[in-house]
Order: sequence, then structure tokens, then C-alpha cells
Amino acid sequence: MAADRAGVLAWLRRSAEVIRDQRELLTDLDRQIGDGDHGTNMDRGFTAVMNKLPEVADTDVGTILKTVGMTLVSTVGGASGPLYGTAFLRAGTALSGKQELTAQDTLIGMQAALDGVVARGHAERGEKTMVDAIAPALDALRASIERNDTLHETLRAAAQAAEDGATATIPMLAKKGRASYLGERSINHQDPGATSSALLIRAMLTGA
Amino acid sequence: MAVGLVIVSHSERLAEGIVELAAQMASGQVKLAAAGGTDDGSLGTSLAKVLSAIDQVYSSDGVLILVDLGSAGLVAEMALEQLSDERREHMLLSEAPVVEGAVVAAVEASIGSSLAQVAETARTAMDMNKIGSGQPS
Repeated sequence: MAADRAGVLAWLRRSAEVIRDQRELLTDLDRQIGDGDHGTNMDRGFTAVMNKLPEVADTDVGTILKTVGMTLVSTVGGASGPLYGTAFLRAGTALSGKQELTAQDTLIGMQAALDGVVARGHAERGEKTMVDAIAPALDALRASIERNDTLHETLRAAAQAAEDGATATIPMLAKKGRASYLGERSINHQDPGATSSALLIRAMLTGA
Repeated sequence: MAVGLVIVSHSERLAEGIVELAAQMASGQVKLAAAGGTDDGSLGTSLAKVLSAIDQVYSSDGVLILVDLGSAGLVAEMALEQLSDERREHMLLSEAPVVEGAVVAAVEASIGSSLAQVAETARTAMDMNKIGSGQPS
């Protein structure tokens, strides 16, 4: 992701591709500890996002992200709709009017997204949710910026942390969402929401 | 006027069925609206449907929203955030189980009780014992 509006659009396009490619994986993970529709839901959501983007492509990063948020909440259908929807809405609000993004802006956006997810879903780290991918990614982003890394290095660090975070959900007991109804049967399965979050964060490297 | 009820469910049919059931108890005195399924009728929730349902039943007597599962609660919360400040003050979101809560809330609303009273009555549905001594041992 080059640090501007075009880069954000490239990220969203890449995200839609990745979600489509990994749709079966996500659905499979969700079948094991959920209602088996995460991949289908996310694919529907990001397809709708792709259809909406041309309308707002000439605006600003904030408007684009808010449009993504509203589209996801209207089309994703499960808990991920309100959660991802709020994440993108909050990020969009934090980056209102921006045409270019510094690394610091990326941090502000991701922090706003995480704050939104936590405010909406009330999850903490360790409860086997998307927070377990996003929070570590944010930590890595912050640390990398403090080291004055290049944007590419920063995004790579965040992506790796998100992926490690998603993997780390495997032994966790689910405390939130449909998986929490399974109790101990949720253990030894990777969380689908953390997995899709890691995919979206990895996709930020597109074009960077 | 009376408190209105909104039923949010992941299933379109379930929401409609609950409205039907609760309406039977309400003697025509209570406005009820179903907000079930996604916009295309699949399993899931729809922010648009919830907002539309609130609009259908809203009065200054207020609205109680009942939901089937936690994620329906998330969408209901998002809907509340989109309302005007004035409307939001006359809304409550119920923790009650959706079927039993809707039925007792409909009865309470039908006798003209306040939103707070309807919400309190819905809450009692959490402790209801609907199976009596006929439980097979």
C-alpha cells in the first residue's frame, strides 16, 4: 500500500481477492467452531464493497473507509458485519479528509479500528477473536514506527504479528461469539475472525 | 399509544413467527415489527431492517428491542447509534430470551405500561420455568 488514496483502493481490491481465494478456508474454520458462514459472509461483503467503491473512489480516504464500513454492516450478516463495519467506520472517521497517509496515520487508523471493535464486541485479548490478530498487529506497527522503519517494513511487521496472533488463537478457549457456545470444544481450532483480520492486514502490503 | 416491540433475529421466519405469537397476546394494542434475516432473506442480520422496524413501531411511549443472539444485539446497538438523540432516549434493548421476552413484553405493553415496566417484565422471562412438574424423570 502506497501511502495514499490510490494505495487504500489497491488494498481494498487485494482484500476482496484474498477473501475470495480463502473463502473455503474461512468457512471451514467457522464450521468447526461457529455457524459455518464466515467465508461466505466476508466474500459477500467485500464483493459489495468492490461494487460500491467506484462511487467514492474520487473522494478521500476517510469517506472510502466509512463507505466500506457501512457496506460491510449491510451485507456481511453475522457478528463480523457490525464488528468489521464499526472498525472501518471508526478508521474512516479518524482519517477524514486525508488524501495521503503517513505511517502515523496508518497507526491512528488501525487504533481507531481496534477501539471500534472493542467498543462494539467487548472482547479482550485472549478470548479467541479478531482482537487477537489486530491488537498484536497494532503493537508491531507502533514499535516499527518508533524504530523509524520504512513503511514496507512497518506493514510487514504488522502483517506478521497479525498472522502470529491468529495462530495463537488455536489453544484459546472462546469467550465471545458463536464459538463461546462450544465451550472447550472451541480449543484447538484457529479463530476464523482472527484469520480474516490477518488476511486483511497482510493485504495492506499490496503495492507497498 | 403503547410501547412498541421490535424483534431482531437471524431468521426472517423466526422474527415473523415471534411477532405473530406475541401479537396474539397483545389484543391489537401493541405495534410489533419483525427485523429478521439479511436484506436478501438469508440467515443473518440487517441494520436496514432493524432501522425500518424501529421506524414502524416508534412512538414517544418508546420501543423495546428483543434479539435472538448476541450478534443481533450488536446490530441493534448500531441501529440505536444512528437514531436521533430524542428517539434514542425512548429505546431500550432487552437481555431477555427473544420468544418468552416478546410474549410477556407484549402483554405488559398492551395494558399501557411504561417502557421501563415493559423492559422489567421482559427481564423476568429470563427466570421463567415453562416446564412444570411434568418433567420426565
